[in-house]
Amino acid sequence: MSSAILLEKTAVELSDLLGKREITSEEITKAFLKQINRIDDQVHAFLHLDEQDFLTQAKDSDKRRAQGKSLSRLDGIPVALKDVISVKGQPLTAASKILENYISPYDATVTRKLKEAGAVIGGRLNLDEFAMGSSTENSAYGPTRNPWNLNCVPGGSSGGSSAAVAAREVPLTLGSDTGGSIRQPASLCGVVGMKPTYGMVSRYGLAAFASSLDQIGPFSKTVEDAALLLEIISGHDPLDSTSFPTEIPSYTQKINETIEPCTLGLPKEFFGEGMDNEVRNSIEKAVEFYRTLGHRIVEVSLPTTDLAVPVYYVIATAEASSNLARYDGIRYTSRSNRAKNAVDVYAKSRGEGFGEEVKRRCILGAYGLSSGYYDAYYLKAQKTRTLIREDFNRVFKEVDAIITPTSPTPAFEFGSKSDDPISMYLSDIYTISTNLAGLPAISVPCGFTEANLPIGLQLIGRAFNESSLLKIAHAYDREHKFGCFSPPLAKE
Amino acid sequence: MSESEANPMDIDYVSNLARIELSESEKEKFRGQLGDVLKYFEKLKEVDVDGVDPTAHAFPRFNVWDQDQVKEPFAVDQALQNAPQSRNDQILVPKVVEE
Repeated sequence: MSSAILLEKTAVELSDLLGKREITSEEITKAFLKQINRIDDQVHAFLHLDEQDFLTQAKDSDKRRAQGKSLSRLDGIPVALKDVISVKGQPLTAASKILENYISPYDATVTRKLKEAGAVIGGRLNLDEFAMGSSTENSAYGPTRNPWNLNCVPGGSSGGSSAAVAAREVPLTLGSDTGGSIRQPASLCGVVGMKPTYGMVSRYGLAAFASSLDQIGPFSKTVEDAALLLEIISGHDPLDSTSFPTEIPSYTQKINETIEPCTLGLPKEFFGEGMDNEVRNSIEKAVEFYRTLGHRIVEVSLPTTDLAVPVYYVIATAEASSNLARYDGIRYTSRSNRAKNAVDVYAKSRGEGFGEEVKRRCILGAYGLSSGYYDAYYLKAQKTRTLIREDFNRVFKEVDAIITPTSPTPAFEFGSKSDDPISMYLSDIYTISTNLAGLPAISVPCGFTEANLPIGLQLIGRAFNESSLLKIAHAYDREHKFGCFSPPLAKE
Repeated sequence: MSESEANPMDIDYVSNLARIELSESEKEKFRGQLGDVLKYFEKLKEVDVDGVDPTAHAFPRFNVWDQDQVKEPFAVDQALQNAPQSRNDQILVPKVVEE
């Protein structure tokens, strides 16, 4: 099978081919390596790649299979990780200068689970430094470019994870989502991206940004592939005290069961001003499709919608300023050589090691937590967060899922928002509230603009009910498969 | 005049709290940008949260205990492999006590 054909396959298709012995993991891995070497100098999705290690893992998978000892459906399938997820012995920079020389001494729980499933884990994917941003322009190692248009951003912060799947450099990736960092780049790059319910996937070994909001989740060409990866990485983990003890069903099985007619809600506050017309038309078509499948569409109201962005930026920056205190120039980061005393080591190492957006957010967070401002900012934001949760709880009494666009606009050009923090923060306006409420949400490609830029549909589900959300998403995706369209750049 | 306009963020004070050294040009830039962000946060002032409990986590769990079992700890060389400076199996730092 030619490598060009392999690149277009979904992970489920590759898995079936491996199962039928029509192909080896080595052939698959070599095909993707060839693609990375061919186009990644243009896309720059990868910060690091150990090709030898990648191939060794593939050969090991083939040996297991030959002995009839395959570990799972993911055995032999390449998966690349955002550079905030620890892989023992591999670098983890979080796209920051301060972790330039850091090597992970242990595996994240998701990494361990992938290894136990036999996945071929290779590559460190680019992001906005410490996952702070919506464009991947905040990487200390240079931005990732959108495979659909190299002049446009891939979204962020998991821009490397979305671009790598879109550019057919790897079939599956993992990212992390704190306010939309999986779904928004998935939308801008035309791939599937999912943020699970808070607590479904262990955060152990993930470099923390905002601990009460962060979740790891999959990127893929199809909803079915996302289900496959999610069922491997989910589950309770004693090493993460916020991890939730709950049964993980076989999502890949569940999504193919017959879907009962359900009720889908359109929040009227999301469809107001600021939404691009092509995005709106595309979402309306998707809604129409659900209607023809026999689902009931109702208008719902989430009156706290316009509070989500300020609440998020108060809470996320406060948590970040506390979490990033660990990068102190003492124990495992680079250290300024200008430092004379202990406080100097902290301030100078962090001043030299952090990029602009990380400094901005740590300072904003420290301000919101500081004496005299705590009640007005942090506590007020936490109370308002309760109102946002209650809004969703009320709506989910009536509907099974909420439909919105993932992003108000398609991919934007480099530099167009980078000097205006608020306008950048507003590109996450549709994704942020689900992190505050802890709900699962998925971005599914739902078409293209006139300029051939992808558009994403967001579906938000009930907490801990990934099965139902994936099923609803799959009902659309299997009939459209917009994530299986490849950008011209990815084709030889 | 809103409160944040009356009391603009004291960038020297807050960057010291955050233990981040800023250049003069960064201070100048952040002063304006963070002032805008704080103005944007004013929206929260209008919200009535009387009697509302704060949410720290979407699905809080309490009293999550681990088994009290002896486990293999990090070896010294593992723990020190990323230290910027080390000597005699310890992390080396500048002198902390006063002369």
